[in-house]
Amino acid sequence: MSPISRRDFLATGVAAGAGLVVGFYLPHKNGERSGAFSPNAYLTITPDDQVTVVVARSEMGQGVRTALPMILAEELEADWKKISVEQAGASTLFGDQTTGGSASVRTTWDPMRKAGAAAREMLISAAALEWGVGRGSCKAENGFVTHAASNRRLSYGQLCGRAANLPVPTDIPLKQKDYKLVGTRMPRIDTPAKVNGQAQYGIDFRVPGMKYAVIARCPIIGGKVSSFDDAETKKSSGVSYVGKLGDSSVAVVADTTWNALEGRRVLSVTWDEGPDKDLTSAAIVSGLKQAAGNKAAILYSTGDVGKAHGRKISAEYQLPFMAHAPLEPGNSVAHFQGARCEIWSPTQVPQDVRDSAAQALGLDSDQVKVNITLLGGGFGRRLEHDYAVEAALLSKAIGAPVKVQWTREDDMRNSTYRPASYHQLSAALDSAGWPVAFSHRIVAPSINGQKGAQLDGGVDPDLKDEAALVYSFPNAQLDYVVTETPVPLGWMRSVYALQAAFASESFIDELAAAAGKDPLEYRLRLLAKDDDIKYFDATWRTARMRGVLQLAADKAGWDKPLPSGQFHGLACFGCFSTYAANVVEISMENNRPRVHRVVTAVDCGQVINPNILEQQIHSAVIYGLTNALRAQITIDKGRVVQGNFDDYEPIRINEAPNIEGYYVQNSEPPSGIGEPPVPPLAPAIGNAIYSATKKRVRALPFA
Amino acid sequence: MADITLQVNGSERKLSVSPNTPLLWVLRDNLELTGTKFGCGAGLCGACTVHVDGAPLRSCSTPVSQVNGKNIVTIEGLGANGLHALQQAWIAEDVPQCGYCQSGQIMTAAALLARTPRPSDDDITQAMTGNICRCGTYDRIRRAIHRAAGGGQ
Repeated sequence: MSPISRRDFLATGVAAGAGLVVGFYLPHKNGERSGAFSPNAYLTITPDDQVTVVVARSEMGQGVRTALPMILAEELEADWKKISVEQAGASTLFGDQTTGGSASVRTTWDPMRKAGAAAREMLISAAALEWGVGRGSCKAENGFVTHAASNRRLSYGQLCGRAANLPVPTDIPLKQKDYKLVGTRMPRIDTPAKVNGQAQYGIDFRVPGMKYAVIARCPIIGGKVSSFDDAETKKSSGVSYVGKLGDSSVAVVADTTWNALEGRRVLSVTWDEGPDKDLTSAAIVSGLKQAAGNKAAILYSTGDVGKAHGRKISAEYQLPFMAHAPLEPGNSVAHFQGARCEIWSPTQVPQDVRDSAAQALGLDSDQVKVNITLLGGGFGRRLEHDYAVEAALLSKAIGAPVKVQWTREDDMRNSTYRPASYHQLSAALDSAGWPVAFSHRIVAPSINGQKGAQLDGGVDPDLKDEAALVYSFPNAQLDYVVTETPVPLGWMRSVYALQAAFASESFIDELAAAAGKDPLEYRLRLLAKDDDIKYFDATWRTARMRGVLQLAADKAGWDKPLPSGQFHGLACFGCFSTYAANVVEISMENNRPRVHRVVTAVDCGQVINPNILEQQIHSAVIYGLTNALRAQITIDKGRVVQGNFDDYEPIRINEAPNIEGYYVQNSEPPSGIGEPPVPPLAPAIGNAIYSATKKRVRALPFA
Repeated sequence: MADITLQVNGSERKLSVSPNTPLLWVLRDNLELTGTKFGCGAGLCGACTVHVDGAPLRSCSTPVSQVNGKNIVTIEGLGANGLHALQQAWIAEDVPQCGYCQSGQIMTAAALLARTPRPSDDDITQAMTGNICRCGTYDRIRRAIHRAAGGGQ
């Protein structure tokens, strides 16, 4: 078959909001295998009946290597047992390959289905030609095309050679219901290799002749290397190279990771501490408060909050910087070979790694090949390209393949952090206690702005996905004041939704308390009317939010009394097109909340795999619990104070609550699930703390 | 440098390394057994857990000279004849998400079951609290341990 004839096959733009534009599709390289059928970049079928599905997103625990093939296999009518998965590297075939924004399923739902459907139609045509019967009398099912009238069948493997010579159909109707795989509780494809040590993460990768490197990075934000003394390091066992890497780092290369670490331990670096050497968290908070009076960009406005009259209530909230802390510390392997460089990296942004490494090396992007390994957690930390570019530069410097390995402390102190934020909220209540006006001002530095993006209208684009106010207020305003900080910023699981939800969902509870009303009843009243709330490009429906709130409350038994000493709290929020509500049960122990139970309900449209959905809910709750109770990065003397899991301690099994996850059954298009249950957790806990103590805690962390 | 002899997953391995090298890096870099993971380097997360003479041990914080001549079992050698009951249970409960911590979780759980074949919830909590999972798989870890212990699940 001619590759060119397949160009533009299924060249569909999808999910404009997420920025994914699927480019042209060429046959996958496996198409060159003898007799193989590879109608598009996503799939290859071989005569042995094997179906290889290419996954162009990174597997970081969220289940893409299972969920995305399920979507394709559904339309292909494949035999699930014959499916194997291949990880795509950075490519021009798949559009934007960024794994983030809870977007993998929602942005590949259509392309994967179309890819499967086109192949299925071609296999049916091949069988019809083979038998000399009409296409309409043939049916694809479970890896075979059958002809019931003559009781014949041929497997996809038997048909693939003939199918490969047929034209690729377009405009194939896709299933809207009666799914066989989609919506079923399938085991994950990647589990067996993750229980016997065989799964290969970035840290496990090696190439022949590879050296091991660790890097001494300036501990002061914005500082640089002034000079360094490597006399002791060069005497250290196994060390083969010491050298500056960029302005603020010194690399130590050795024959093993430990020898590189030992070499770094005895390295003496004098730092130019730079302009922010006296920076403290207190100064950052005070700067955020001061900035609150600056000009704000309107994110959402309805009615006129200035003209509403009633009982005024106001409050201020604040949140600290937080670190992602995925369990696999940063690493990448790079092999620079003159006119090309190959990189193996646990990355959420293979194309950015490719382009950034190329730029750093003075190569063209197509001279850099990026392979994606498994990721030992992501949570947004691996949306940065730092480790990979370090490895590429160092490989060039030493003329050998090298693995750059970060330690836990390296990651904690040289990460990119969830932005600290400050929030001003105010409301006016009518005589019955219902809000006639609601205002929320978010004051925070811009992640995208710090990374060089032009902010359209002063709005960080992430706020468009993560801050919607999904209530029917007669008058409301949500606005944003952008600030600057030298502290490096990154996108951390649920991004700004965590801050926005903590402030606004705690404040809604304050209003309910001021009105003397039940927090569930209060919210349901604000969601009672079926409203479509337009927020930037999204439409949020009060009916769907009401649905998840009611579901969580029903499952949690909101109206039933709890044992003495236990208290309920709830919150709901929407982000990445998904609606989520959490109900928590807590007790107070030594003035700290102990969370016993979390009931989560989500509406994320069509569920692909309830098994993975349940995992993601559990994951979001445990992650959100760390955020709420303990996660806090503080700055002192220009340095990140926290270093390891003793002073930045994630939730362990002894503090893990009972978690129950539920979802609303519907056939809306699928939306995100990795992040949306996170934001409504911290406010639900804060609201339960209020219920227990009658004290409102307006800052994180709680414990 | 020191000459070290280890029994790793039933095989004798001899090597010459700095005696203070943590067992973790000997396993990973010298012996190419990468199932044992580096998470914190300080004995705080449990990702590096292996068995030394049957007891769970944080390999990131154990100089190799301390285990010279001892029997070491890593995740690769846990199921000497096929998968260990815990590994089967981990698959049945579909425990892992990113999977990075799971070698350490399984090794810790295996040591628990070796001394407490039918652990209570409290036993599990006590044994497993040293192992961090950032993906929050704790509920399924608990269920998988009960399943492997023959808890009727």
